[in-house]
Amino acid sequence: MKYTPFYDRHLQSGAKMVEFTGYSMPIQFKGIILEHHAVRQKCGLFDVSHMGELLLTGKNAFDTIQNLITNDISSLQNNKARYTLMANMRGGVVDDIIVYKFHDERYMLVVNAANTQKDAEWVKRHLIGDARFENISEITALIALQGALAESVMKEIFDMKDLPQKYFSFTTPRFSGEEVIISRTGYTGEDGFEIYCSNNLGLRIYDELIEKGKDFGLELCGLGARDTLRMEAGMPLYGHEMDDSTLASEINLDFAIKTDKPYFIGKEALTNIRPKYKRIGLKLIDRGIARQNAKVYDEENEVGIVTSGTHSPTLGYPIAMARVNIDTDANELYVEVRNKKLKAEVVPLPFYKRK
Amino acid sequence: MKDLVFLPTHEWFNKKDNTIGISDFAQKELGDIVFVELPEVGDILEKGQSFANVESVKAVSEIYAPVSGEVVEVNEELLDSPELINQDAFAAWLIKVSDPEVMEDLLSYEDYIKTIKE
Repeated sequence: MKYTPFYDRHLQSGAKMVEFTGYSMPIQFKGIILEHHAVRQKCGLFDVSHMGELLLTGKNAFDTIQNLITNDISSLQNNKARYTLMANMRGGVVDDIIVYKFHDERYMLVVNAANTQKDAEWVKRHLIGDARFENISEITALIALQGALAESVMKEIFDMKDLPQKYFSFTTPRFSGEEVIISRTGYTGEDGFEIYCSNNLGLRIYDELIEKGKDFGLELCGLGARDTLRMEAGMPLYGHEMDDSTLASEINLDFAIKTDKPYFIGKEALTNIRPKYKRIGLKLIDRGIARQNAKVYDEENEVGIVTSGTHSPTLGYPIAMARVNIDTDANELYVEVRNKKLKAEVVPLPFYKRK
Repeated sequence: MKDLVFLPTHEWFNKKDNTIGISDFAQKELGDIVFVELPEVGDILEKGQSFANVESVKAVSEIYAPVSGEVVEVNEELLDSPELINQDAFAAWLIKVSDPEVMEDLLSYEDYIKTIKE
């Protein structure tokens, strides 16, 4: 079992711990719904140090990344981040990641915890020229402060000028003598920040955020709330909405696939293979919760499967994301839960969008 | 508590009013309960068999019958307010049965608590 630097803090806070991708992680503190609402209405603090961080440096770092990703970073400016997929030769999804650009010869890839090892091997195998690779996951703490009041809490600790203003931008201020990376990103559908730093400094920042956050209704949040928040925001999760065998063009993330780029791994497959499936949102009309792998039907046939599902705390009804045949055009579908077919309405993603 | 007898799988049976529910320990373990699937009036319970499902945000759990008998009432309030189980698990009964067959092997509250601590 692996542990994040905040493991002792979690135990002291009374977290319920679970094993997740080899790490002992908090699934909840006071309760998933309470934590969920805290993020939607005030702010919540997450330890997401299990995520992987891979550094790429050197003159050919750019070429290496362009070759690895489906999106295009040729227009990406310094101190900006971009969401992308990494595809394999068959067009399947190796991972969905965020690329941070410090400058022309220095980048960081933030990858899913479950994929860190696989991605590290994948990237190393595809290094071009003088590109250098370093896996800094183990020495990097990652804290996410999310919610409408996240900025107010951050301002209590950091200088306003050190905080990134635009969504998907980041800063690299020094904090007590060390460089930290602060990005305006998150996985909740709210405004928020993610802070990358050394494990030791992470503890200090974590404690200070909790202390200053008291006046703002900050709650400690676990993976449970992270999952319900991302689902409401219609955000895909690797292992649910996609995996190595899911065609990257079948998950409604086409904004992150630039087939007009001269070359990238998987381009040929993604250009030539017609997608057979699409990702849709479902709002359950009948009572019940459809979870991953529940079968989806139209009036006559099986048309797909649920990839993620939960009760939406914000909306107050059950929601699900499903992978269905691309020509499914019914407004009402059925999900099979314990041998019963529950009626569901097809709704646009995201389920929830902040005002 | 003296009227309650338990299954080691965390269900209670109230000998006084023939209601069935889940324990406080169970609701804590489940976390926020967001959906309860109950049987219908007239359904026959068989001791040890699953008769209901309780879903928390994270997972679904089967609920087993501590006694055999016929369902004569279901707590419909739980369909709209499943969180009542989190608020007071020993008051939030799921169903009521008639002519229950209560076996000797059900646990007293004290003995049930011991099984949790083990």
